[in-house]
Amino acid sequence: MLNGTEDEEKWLAEGIAGIQHNAFYMHRALDSNNLREALKYSAQMLSELRTSKLSPRKYYELYMRAFDELKRLELFFKDDSKHGVSVVDLYELVQHAGNILPRLYLLCTVGSIYIKSKEAPAKEVLKDLVEMCRGVQHPIRGLFLRSYLAQISRDKLPDIGSEYEGDADTVMDAVDFVLQNFTEMNKLWVRMQHQGPGRVREKREKERSELQDLVGKNLHVLSQIEGVDLEMYKETVLPRVLEQVVNCKDDLAQYYLMDCIIQVFPDEYHLQTLETLLGACPQLQPTVDVKTVLSRLMDRLSNYATSSADVLPEFLQVEAFSKLSNAIGKVIEAQVDMPAVGAITLYVSLLTFTLRVHPDRLDHVDQVLGACVKKLSNIPKLEDSRAMKQVVALLSAPLEKYNDIVTALTLSNYPRVMDHLDIGTNKLMAMVIIQSIMKNNSCISTADKVEVLFELIKGLIKDTDGADVDELDEEDFKEEQNSVARLIHMLYNDEPEEMLKIICIVRKHTMVGGPKRLPFTVSSLVFSALRLLRQLQGQEGDIVGEEASMTPNKIFQLLTQIIESLSAVPSPELALRLYLQCAEAANGCDIEHVAYEFFTQAFVLYEEEIADSKAQVTAIHLIIGTLQRMNVFGVENRDTLTHKATGYSARLLKKADQCRAVYACSHLFWVDDQDGIKDGERVLLCLKRALRIANAAQQMANVARGSGGPVSLFVEILNKYIYFFEKGNKQITSSAIQGLIEFINTEMQSDSTNPDSVADAFLASTLRYIQFQKQKGGVVGEKFESIKL
Amino acid sequence: MNFLIGAFKPACNISITFSDGKSRKQVPMKKENGKTIMVSLFQSKESIAGKVSIEPLQGKKIEHLGVKVELLGQIEMYFDRGNFYDFTSLVRELDVPGDIYERKTYPFEFSTVEMPYETYNGANLRLRYVLKVTVSRNYGGSIVEYQDFIVRNYSPPPSINNSIKMEVGIEDCLHIEFEYNKSKYHLKDVIIGKIYFLLVRIKIKNMDLEIRRRESTGSGANTHVETETLAKFELMDGAPVRGESIPIRLFLSPYELTPTYRNINNKFSVKYYLNLVLVDEEDRRYFKQQEIAIYRQQDS
Repeated sequence: MLNGTEDEEKWLAEGIAGIQHNAFYMHRALDSNNLREALKYSAQMLSELRTSKLSPRKYYELYMRAFDELKRLELFFKDDSKHGVSVVDLYELVQHAGNILPRLYLLCTVGSIYIKSKEAPAKEVLKDLVEMCRGVQHPIRGLFLRSYLAQISRDKLPDIGSEYEGDADTVMDAVDFVLQNFTEMNKLWVRMQHQGPGRVREKREKERSELQDLVGKNLHVLSQIEGVDLEMYKETVLPRVLEQVVNCKDDLAQYYLMDCIIQVFPDEYHLQTLETLLGACPQLQPTVDVKTVLSRLMDRLSNYATSSADVLPEFLQVEAFSKLSNAIGKVIEAQVDMPAVGAITLYVSLLTFTLRVHPDRLDHVDQVLGACVKKLSNIPKLEDSRAMKQVVALLSAPLEKYNDIVTALTLSNYPRVMDHLDIGTNKLMAMVIIQSIMKNNSCISTADKVEVLFELIKGLIKDTDGADVDELDEEDFKEEQNSVARLIHMLYNDEPEEMLKIICIVRKHTMVGGPKRLPFTVSSLVFSALRLLRQLQGQEGDIVGEEASMTPNKIFQLLTQIIESLSAVPSPELALRLYLQCAEAANGCDIEHVAYEFFTQAFVLYEEEIADSKAQVTAIHLIIGTLQRMNVFGVENRDTLTHKATGYSARLLKKADQCRAVYACSHLFWVDDQDGIKDGERVLLCLKRALRIANAAQQMANVARGSGGPVSLFVEILNKYIYFFEKGNKQITSSAIQGLIEFINTEMQSDSTNPDSVADAFLASTLRYIQFQKQKGGVVGEKFESIKL
Repeated sequence: MNFLIGAFKPACNISITFSDGKSRKQVPMKKENGKTIMVSLFQSKESIAGKVSIEPLQGKKIEHLGVKVELLGQIEMYFDRGNFYDFTSLVRELDVPGDIYERKTYPFEFSTVEMPYETYNGANLRLRYVLKVTVSRNYGGSIVEYQDFIVRNYSPPPSINNSIKMEVGIEDCLHIEFEYNKSKYHLKDVIIGKIYFLLVRIKIKNMDLEIRRRESTGSGANTHVETETLAKFELMDGAPVRGESIPIRLFLSPYELTPTYRNINNKFSVKYYLNLVLVDEEDRRYFKQQEIAIYRQQDS
């Protein structure tokens, strides 16, 4: 078989040569009106089609050659002035041929003329032809012969409105004829698989699929028959076609033909015969890809439904959904071996169908999901990744359709389906849900829905049992958690009461997230709560009194608890920032003790948890910044806190840091507000202390490296001097500034100092600023005039 | 004697004509030398009448001992060529002994002749009808002339004509049921039928229906049988499966058949059989032979 194709080419060439040779003599006979010779050579020509050596593709080539020649012969037959034999006699004459295949090709050819002549009822001739063709039982030869029959009879069927329709010939005869030819062709086609040795099965299946359209053409012809109305389709055509499909017990044929039926007949027919059509599905072979078949059907129907609103009542009338749903159930039940992916694909299609046809029927959606849950619960563990994908598709469909997660949240089976996903997919799905919320900017506004939502995305919220933590991709994890954090901001209700509930629920869920997740979620939660606080403040006037349960104090308690949870992480820096945020909020609410408490917490964290010097620097600046803005504290509390802050500042590790923190502390004593504290003396103290530290730093640098330290520190302090000077701090004098400038200049010119371009530029621009202020004139100008540069 | 005829020119021309020769149907007949000539067609119990004219050669007279015409029905066995067995022999004396000087014509008639057997040209024998005119002479031998004619006898359609229906098979291999619509067919008939496959376990390649003629001559231990396949008609191409039924429609007109002859004059019989042949992929043949009767139906 090595040279299989080569041999085939040779055989094909021989066949074609044979056809040409005999066609030549046939043409001569036709030209000389010699019927006897014409019959002889045409039969010989057609004998070339008796070959068994060609594959369907090559055979088709040969067939087409013969087909063209038969068209010429037909013209000759048609013209009885040329051969002088009546069509009836001709019909007998061609049957004298000894070989069946040429005989039947000739018979069909004459038969078509016979019908045209109307000397006999079309149905009789058709019936005779289709019966006689039984003689060819060889699959390929039979299929082509019958295909020829179908071809030549197409335009001669006694269809409604056709010239061949008469008293004796009805459309029913046309249908009978096509159905019979279809049935026989399908039998031949199915039988092909049993031909030849078993080892070439694959090749044979391929060859078979090459022939499928020959069989399917009959269905196409049926669909083209004018007289096949819904009634006839329902009563005759469909049942008989399906009978054949089911009985042939061949997966390839069943799949192809079901698809064919779905594609060639009109949608409204399908809708009205849904029960019959679907009834056939569970009877198909278990290996048939029913899911694709049903999916295509549902696709078609849903397209039909969307094509026009007028057809929707039809869908309701025939209860399309419940029928499809039942059918799918039965198919899944019948095909025990169907992989999960198949079943789920079916549900996806059904879901798509109902979403498109009955978008208002959420119960349908839920029903589909419920059925899917039932199916999934029979499978111990879903491991098939394709099945997973389908489940995701199933879950995504409603989200896409409604553009609103809120709708999905009302589906009770939605979370139950999600439970069946593996961890990774579950997370993926949760991400899809979150993304959908983000994309549509949908706001989840009730506590119940939030509860359901968090149930859905619990894969992201907490570690699942048995999850392999090591396998987590750090980046993915971050992205997931950031999404959750973003999600929290989408939960909002104008009613503080409800909002509080939402926050409590979110808190309940996020608290179990474990140390890795908390840093991401807690801040969102805190800010969400802070927003509630502001909201409360905004409405304060209206709700005080009647909403006794909702006090800022309560919220602050909640906040404290939330932030405390971070201690488990631990993430002191974050906790510290959050405490400060809360303190500021408490400041806004004018609740001193709460604010104080938050600061206390912040300081405690600073003392106990923040050991890293860099973190300390950041933290102390944060504390200073926040504290500076606080106006709720009484003198005592404020003193305690500022004292603490300055104390910590001076105890930072690096001198430079110390210095910067200390001069920052100066702001704690000078709040540039109307009624802000303005303690010039302590400001000066701070600045002087900063200078001392800067000096010490300078000396340390000299000792340690033999070169001068950073002059920039002095310039920074100079800037602070100028700031306070400008703000009217009487303790800061122009002479002090002038002294400092001189000192800096000296330092810069000293040999031990490394030239530092940054510091130079800094100083230069500072001096330029003073110059600028001088030139401004007015009060400010006068003030600066005293500084001599 | 042939030698003598060859040596002398025949003394006269004898011609035999049928009185309705112009209107009577002529049919082709193949002669021994392979040539086909047209001859008159008769059937049994017809009167055979005509004229015999004798025309002596220019200026010669024929002295004869009498002129007679005979109607002979003969069977010639080819193993015994030249030896005719006459099953029918009728004689009409046309003239008493005397002289013939010029063309002389004698009418003759055999009325309602029984000619029960048909003219037949077989593989091993032939049956013929001939008119033989003899001018008996004392010397120079008698002058003899022959005129062939063909006899065909028509039968009415049989009153009983059952179909042939039969189930045959090889155990666990092949079971078929076939049906031919009749058991008796006329020569222009059509055999309609079908073959129903009940069990197919062999790989059939094709199926033919053959028409076989079985000509038996002699009797007893000397019986000689010659079988000839006259038609080979493909009924089916490819392998059927169980439950398949294949139609049969075979027109008999294209084939050169004769009616069935049974024990003609105890000399021979000609019978026809339908032979259903199935050929498998290894070219093994499975067949079943059924006799059918063939009769000649009067053309309507």
